[in-house]
Amino acid sequence: MAIDKKTVEHVAHLARIELEPAELEKLSLQLHDILGFIDKLSVLDIAQVKPASHILPISNVLREDKPHVCLTADKALENAPSKNGNFFSVPKIIE
Amino acid sequence: MELNQLTAHELLDKLKNKRVTFEAILDALYARIQTVEPKVKAYARFKPADKPSLNLGVDGFLGGLPVTIKDNICTEGLTTECCSKILSNFRPPYDATVINKLKASGASILSLKANMDEFAFGSSTENSCFGPTHNPWNLACVPGGSSGGSAAAVASDEAVWALGSDTGGSIRQPASFCGVVGLKPTYGRVSRFGLIAFASSLDQIGPITKDVEDAAILARIISGYDPGDSTSVNQSVPDYTDSLGKDIKGIRIGIPKEYFIEGMDAEVKRIIEEAINKLKSLGAVSRQVSLPHTQYAVPVYYIVATAEASSNLARFDGVQYGYRAKSDNLIEMYKKTRAQGFGEEAKRRIILGTFVLSHGYYDAYYLRALKVRTLIKNDFDTVFNDFDCIVAPTSPTPAFRIGEKAADPLQMYLSDIYTISVNLAGIPAISVPCGFTRSGLPVGLQIMAKPFNEEMLFRLAHAFEQNTEWHKIKPRL
Repeated sequence: MAIDKKTVEHVAHLARIELEPAELEKLSLQLHDILGFIDKLSVLDIAQVKPASHILPISNVLREDKPHVCLTADKALENAPSKNGNFFSVPKIIE
Repeated sequence: MELNQLTAHELLDKLKNKRVTFEAILDALYARIQTVEPKVKAYARFKPADKPSLNLGVDGFLGGLPVTIKDNICTEGLTTECCSKILSNFRPPYDATVINKLKASGASILSLKANMDEFAFGSSTENSCFGPTHNPWNLACVPGGSSGGSAAAVASDEAVWALGSDTGGSIRQPASFCGVVGLKPTYGRVSRFGLIAFASSLDQIGPITKDVEDAAILARIISGYDPGDSTSVNQSVPDYTDSLGKDIKGIRIGIPKEYFIEGMDAEVKRIIEEAINKLKSLGAVSRQVSLPHTQYAVPVYYIVATAEASSNLARFDGVQYGYRAKSDNLIEMYKKTRAQGFGEEAKRRIILGTFVLSHGYYDAYYLRALKVRTLIKNDFDTVFNDFDCIVAPTSPTPAFRIGEKAADPLQMYLSDIYTISVNLAGIPAISVPCGFTRSGLPVGLQIMAKPFNEEMLFRLAHAFEQNTEWHKIKPRL
């Protein structure tokens, strides 16, 4: 399966990464090569194989619904690039 | 021998018998860091003027011995950046579970953190935002990666021992390139709480050490169930040092024929064959086995690992921590932050991972990869029905030169061809030094075992090590 520049541009937008034109050019070629290599998987007959979504036989790990000690707001905000009181601050979302 | 050259268990013996003081050990270690760090660059953010400090644990059997920690494991109050600009100046407000366990055993945490490929994306430590680490055996070569800083620090005696993380070989391959011991534990054996996630179905934390005994001691300390990591397994942890010093008569070793193929360095092949002969001379029985889906491991990995990475790294958006680009618009702020904060390989993997998960491609790539992953796991299950372990090279080549593969991502990915299957199958594996090439570069022997049978790895690796001299040879720096 081939990947073109337009697809890479769309996916980069979904991944919220801005690409310079030169970066887009280079990345499209590299991803094309990598996907070409990955395509060797298509020769395998996997119709009857179950996907290994988890490698260990454990499922539905639940904990008791009890409050426990967690970070204080002050500690959680220590690394924030921008904050306002007890909140993370971001550029305006709603006009 | 200088104190900084000794293993942790040798230092612990000396401390116990009061033949050295804790201060003398620290002095030797810090002096060594001052001397060789400008050449090796094993540590991130190292400045010659700054004296390293220690984050002390409680009084415990480790007597304050410092541990070197990879830059992707959270250490409370100590800068942890995954060697990425996007996590600039991040000081974790909590310790990872492995750090808590180390401190509870009396270890102290070195304030200097080990260099790595950004977010563990790489096999050479060239993708660090701080620049590459150099291989202590040949400064023009890479130390391997992504835990290249941890491995180089241990090999150059700038560290007593270290922790790394292994998603596709990131502990074992640098251990092999630097001539030290590296263990990737079974998936679920060690808690990942506080490990900054790369690919959550593959990541494991493990020890990088000067010998097998140190690896056994460190592995026991960091292993065990943790309610903070829902993938950690509630199974008791044996004392791995009980596996040391046992004979290996009758141990059944499988040699996978798919690992001895074209593209493998001729010297590496010879050295591995000699190592297998050594194991046989110690009483192990070997037979050729087949892991027929080996050739599909790298493509499966670059779908599964990048898909998971694209999801895990969505959290780096300039809001809660790290770097933020200036913008008045939220979406634009995200895009610019991630464009400026992530390095080239991180962007490549996030975009590839987003692509294989995106509408219209999910079944063709991601779902298909998960199915082939089942086939790879089944290959191992079949072999382990009749064998106690599998022995193979850790890497197809010795350390390559800095810059040699940097321009070709696919060539770089292929350098993990012998380590990736282990992560996909969730099994444990260890790399131990087993020889040197004529140009003086170390080669590592990889031993793999059934899930939760780290004891078999330690038993075999220790028997091999104690009957060879490779681990005693030190690089000249």
